[in-house]
Amino acid sequence: MGKDDKTRGRARAVREPAAQPARLVVRKTYKLYVKGAFPRSESGRSYPVTSPDGRHLANAALASRKDARDAVVAARAAFAGWVGRTAYNRGQILYRVAEMLEGRRAQFVDEVAAATGGDRRSAETAVDAAVDRWVHYAGWSDKIAQVAGAANPVSGPYFNLSTPEPSGVVAVLAPQDDPLLGFVSVVAPVIATGNTAVVVASEERPLPAITLAEVLATSDLPGGVVNILTGRTAELAPTLAAHADVNGLDLTGAGGLAAELEQSAAATLKRVMRPRPAPDWAAKPPIERMTRFLETKTVWHPIGV
Amino acid sequence: MADEIFEYAPAPESRAVVSLRSSYDLFIDGEFTPASGEERITTLNPADEEPLAEVAVASEADIDRAVRAARRAFEEVWGPMPGAERGKYLFRISRIIQERARELAVLETLDNGKPIKETRDVDIPLAAAHFFYHAGWADKLEHAGLGPAPRPLGVAAQVIPWNFPLLMLAWKIAPALATGNTVVLKPAETTPLTALLFAEICQEAGLPPGVVNIVTGAASTGRALVAHPGTDKVAFTGSTAVGREIARTVAGTDRRLTLELGGKGANIVYDDAAIDQAVEGVVTGIFFNQGHVCCAGSRLLVQESVAEEFLPRLRARIERLRVGDPLDKNTDVGAINSAAQLARIRDLAATGEQEGATAWSPACDLPERGYWFAPTVFTGVSQAHRVAREEIFGPVLSVLTFRTPEEAVLKANNTPYGLSAGVWTEKGSRMLWTANRLRAGVVWSNTFNKFDPASPFGGYKESGYGREGGRHGLEAYLDG
Amino acid sequence: MPSTTPAPDIAASNTSLRAYLHGLPGVDEVGARERAAQLATRSVKTTAKAQAIDLAIRMVDLTTLEGADTPGKVRSLAVKAAHPDPADRSVPPVAAVCVYPDLVAVAVEALADTGVAVASVATAFPSGRSPLAAKLSDTRRAVADGASEIDMVIDRGAFLAGDYRAVFDQIVAVKDACAGAHLKVILETGELVTYDNVRRASWLAMHAGADFIKTSTGKVSPAATPPVTLVMLEAVRDFHALTGRRVGVKPAGGIRTTKDAIRYLVLVNEVAGAAWLDPALFRLGASSLLNDLLMQRAKLSTGVYAGPDYYTLD
Repeated sequence: MGKDDKTRGRARAVREPAAQPARLVVRKTYKLYVKGAFPRSESGRSYPVTSPDGRHLANAALASRKDARDAVVAARAAFAGWVGRTAYNRGQILYRVAEMLEGRRAQFVDEVAAATGGDRRSAETAVDAAVDRWVHYAGWSDKIAQVAGAANPVSGPYFNLSTPEPSGVVAVLAPQDDPLLGFVSVVAPVIATGNTAVVVASEERPLPAITLAEVLATSDLPGGVVNILTGRTAELAPTLAAHADVNGLDLTGAGGLAAELEQSAAATLKRVMRPRPAPDWAAKPPIERMTRFLETKTVWHPIGV
Repeated sequence: MADEIFEYAPAPESRAVVSLRSSYDLFIDGEFTPASGEERITTLNPADEEPLAEVAVASEADIDRAVRAARRAFEEVWGPMPGAERGKYLFRISRIIQERARELAVLETLDNGKPIKETRDVDIPLAAAHFFYHAGWADKLEHAGLGPAPRPLGVAAQVIPWNFPLLMLAWKIAPALATGNTVVLKPAETTPLTALLFAEICQEAGLPPGVVNIVTGAASTGRALVAHPGTDKVAFTGSTAVGREIARTVAGTDRRLTLELGGKGANIVYDDAAIDQAVEGVVTGIFFNQGHVCCAGSRLLVQESVAEEFLPRLRARIERLRVGDPLDKNTDVGAINSAAQLARIRDLAATGEQEGATAWSPACDLPERGYWFAPTVFTGVSQAHRVAREEIFGPVLSVLTFRTPEEAVLKANNTPYGLSAGVWTEKGSRMLWTANRLRAGVVWSNTFNKFDPASPFGGYKESGYGREGGRHGLEAYLDG
Repeated sequence: MPSTTPAPDIAASNTSLRAYLHGLPGVDEVGARERAAQLATRSVKTTAKAQAIDLAIRMVDLTTLEGADTPGKVRSLAVKAAHPDPADRSVPPVAAVCVYPDLVAVAVEALADTGVAVASVATAFPSGRSPLAAKLSDTRRAVADGASEIDMVIDRGAFLAGDYRAVFDQIVAVKDACAGAHLKVILETGELVTYDNVRRASWLAMHAGADFIKTSTGKVSPAATPPVTLVMLEAVRDFHALTGRRVGVKPAGGIRTTKDAIRYLVLVNEVAGAAWLDPALFRLGASSLLNDLLMQRAKLSTGVYAGPDYYTLD
């Protein structure tokens, strides 16, 4: 109750006129996205999210280590089903995400503009690029094996074929600056190849990611394939980096924690994607975003009557 | 009573989903436009010989108009367009095919005579998948293994057959468009209707005018199209005889050519095969689509030690095939596509008996009207018989036996064709040994007649050259 | 399949039995699934559907196998079995009521003069993990109380351990204890896992004297599936070709809708043949299926979809 009062007070200070509005707007509660559902943090905590100019936007759930653990359980449970889908089917689902995102373009433009404090024009560009990025990875799902795999001419009467397979559960620290296009650019390549993901959204700009979860939840994407946590990267990332049931770690949004997290991940030899300096999210992404979280499996079989 | 139930009551798919026009013009530069001449051809429903619609016959002038429209679209719109944007058009087309799937399936069945079960479950879903797969390539061509920045060829002249009308259209148009080419496509004389509905789909998708042009007609239209000097690429699927003629036409020019031609596929059944699935695969191999399949397993090579056991099972299975109304959901084998094709099948089948092979067909009542041929199995066939050498392109299986793996491979390869083959064995190393020695572009093991947009398809020897589908299929439409 | 009559003593030793069973042709999993899926697209409508529904009702083994079963539950099930739809006397009775051995006497009394058989699971159903003597006394008790059909479970542990002879001998012993009652042998295909195993277990059971081979107890998932039933139907078809004896097939568990039931009938027709479209050779082990069959039957005659409130829960 106390928090609500505080929130209302702060919002009023910024934008509500003194007179009663004709109709009171119904606001959305931003929650986590775990196992296809939208729970609050088990901790019962939240934190205020503001725009760069200090305007209160909403309260986001402040996920705990236990929420991170639950998200890993959900991602692991979803892995067998997701990797078991045909690549074509995964592509269809990713394309469906693009369709649903396009349908809510205006909403995302508003949210991205509010989160980044940028102008509408650049928010529109970012949302369009995010839609197209899903389309891009929808096309990768049934092609990555053709690009990253090979029939190997070994010396001997053996059939020898290498194919890429997903590593498993990948923990992703989404970029801090770019709340939608950056988020999509790190999550889509992970799941396009059959991994499942636990994603820590941008700490200061988490809202577009949670709204994107509403898109994911209505795109035939099985629950648990993408799980989204909001909260303190410094609180959640160490748990995920050390978690023995996590196979990969994308440190894109780790900031100054990156080296320490990579050391922690070394204990279980996770596949780690290091942060790159100033990534250009608008550019065509490198295939390393996929191959980093792929294993190559080589099958030998004799050839003879 | 049990017998009556499993006659199955008629379960016809409704024709109401299709709204046919009585007459169709050519589709050039984004619009349906009259042909320059008066000549028209009537396309029939081969199941009852009733006319379905009239279509225009494109003349050389019409072809020229279509090629110029395609050239302009290539230079001004489609070629310069970023791959990601081209891809989004193809995704749209794929989605519209999915949305209008039942309409396309019924129309294909009406025009072609193939069972609704196949158009519904195979032709149309695969056509949509083909567009979806290639849509994804459009912005990834630098990963196709053809160099860092492969370039489209320009305008593709494409001529397709009547056995899988919409699917063959997809095999031709999807890779061409994904790689940045524009097309002029001629559907087969007897099955133009789904291509014309596809033209409507292009309009619905907002595809820029001239990117896809559909010109209908008969052999002379096809000849004019493949001979047109304004095209950069010719892609043909059809008979080996016509393929040779086209290869001669294109010879000496700068135009590129891919050909997907006939076949006389061997289905090799070893004595350790999973017998029930092998029977099933042999039946699928030859009776799927009435045997109108270039990669059909039209020769069964069964190991002599299991032949006596295998053949009665095969006959028992064939007796279960339901031949009849293509629109009935329970029909397994539909109508032969045309009177001409029926005559050819009859002629070749007659030579089988004349040359001393034994024909067998299950008891089945064929409809009185329409073009029908009962599933037929020839036993006592030798390599010298015409039914073992020539492509019949109908529901006719020739059975030969072999004693050793070497003999199986020798017999399987003893043909000028080299499109497909099947290998049935539970032993993996023998399967790979056999597959390694088969001179065929597609080898199916413990399955048959499987198609996927991600999988390259095409032949050795006189079954043509070039591949369609998969990463390899892109090469036909790109300069590295 | 073996094209000649097997030597009479294939079960002379575990070695000979193993050689025989492992000499059966393999089953390609993908191909078997594909064939079952293709047959599932058969469209059975109108008059054919009406006949199929009545045939399916006559093939139902109406089953209750719960720890909480009581005489009252069995009696009401018996009433349902004899007159599945109290409002429509044209509905035929089901084939049998299937209960635990201690409730056979109740079922026999309740079904007297109805023409509905009493089947009993026996042999320490569902796990089968009891000494042979207990399994046999289980069986004898059910038969003595009037069960005319016995559904036994095979020893899956022995089968998976490769001790085929032990499985064979137990079936022979139970068959003997049946004293003429029909023996259905439950393979529990969900625990045998591979179709190769299902084929081998089918042949083993048939050679040991099974009158029926049955997929499942209903207590293990997956229970009956179309491809498993396909493999078993191929086995009875081929066993008939070899020996002249027709063995029945009973998929059980997980069959809940009319659509499911009709798909099984299509499988029977197209794999084993029309001769098996008879309650003497094909049964559907189910409980909730019956009401769906009744609702679909009503839909066909009235043109209106039925609601579950109008059918008895028993």
